[in-house]
Amino acid sequence: MTAPLSPLSPVLPRILVQSEDFDLAAECDRLSQGRQDVGALVSFVGLCRDEGGRLAALELEHYPGMAETEIGRIASQALERWPLTGLTVIHRHGKIAPGAQIVLVVAASSHRRAAFEAADFLMDFLKTRAPFWKKEHLRDGSSGTWVEAKAVDDRDAERWDQR
Amino acid sequence: MLIKYFASIRERVGREEERIEIPASVTTIAELLDDLAGRDETYAFAFGDRETLRAALDQMHVELDTPLAGASELALFPPMTGG
Repeated sequence: MTAPLSPLSPVLPRILVQSEDFDLAAECDRLSQGRQDVGALVSFVGLCRDEGGRLAALELEHYPGMAETEIGRIASQALERWPLTGLTVIHRHGKIAPGAQIVLVVAASSHRRAAFEAADFLMDFLKTRAPFWKKEHLRDGSSGTWVEAKAVDDRDAERWDQR
Repeated sequence: MLIKYFASIRERVGREEERIEIPASVTTIAELLDDLAGRDETYAFAFGDRETLRAALDQMHVELDTPLAGASELALFPPMTGG
């Protein structure tokens, strides 16, 4: 990367790929506690839907190693693009029940616009570039099918090229 | 070269990974896919739809026309559905 880092503070993103659940409040505290320069904290949590009662669980397969690396690349792009004071991304893998948390993004900045946009950017590229795949397990006992990628997710990610 | 498969591609090939000797005539990922598909129907089925086949070389996303040169790990998978 040749783009210059923010002269204010080099921010090291916190990136976790894990099967365990995460604590939203604790992760938010981590980016704001003990400092007075954070004016905005935007968090996004992706949850497992039951798809109208049809779904028993989602199984998330991932590419160990590349999952962490690719999320790191997306996070670096966000840090180059917005003046963030902190950035956390947690993505779970394995079997996840309806109602449970799948993914977390927390973006902190001095002002709200950067935090909102960075969180939105992170999610768009987590969906299209992070090596994870969802398989549906259905209530009727069948193992179900792989969730298909949506064209709308590609279009959402392309929005960021046009700015 | 170590080849890893994920999600529906893994299920179609029937294994998570394997080591494959790259033929001298093969330069790009697409050429390797053609070569494997020509040797075995399982590969032909797994790699049949190139529109929905994605690849990573040494854990970086690449296009299918990328040369294999120097890489040690190739991964093949369908479009991602994380997030």
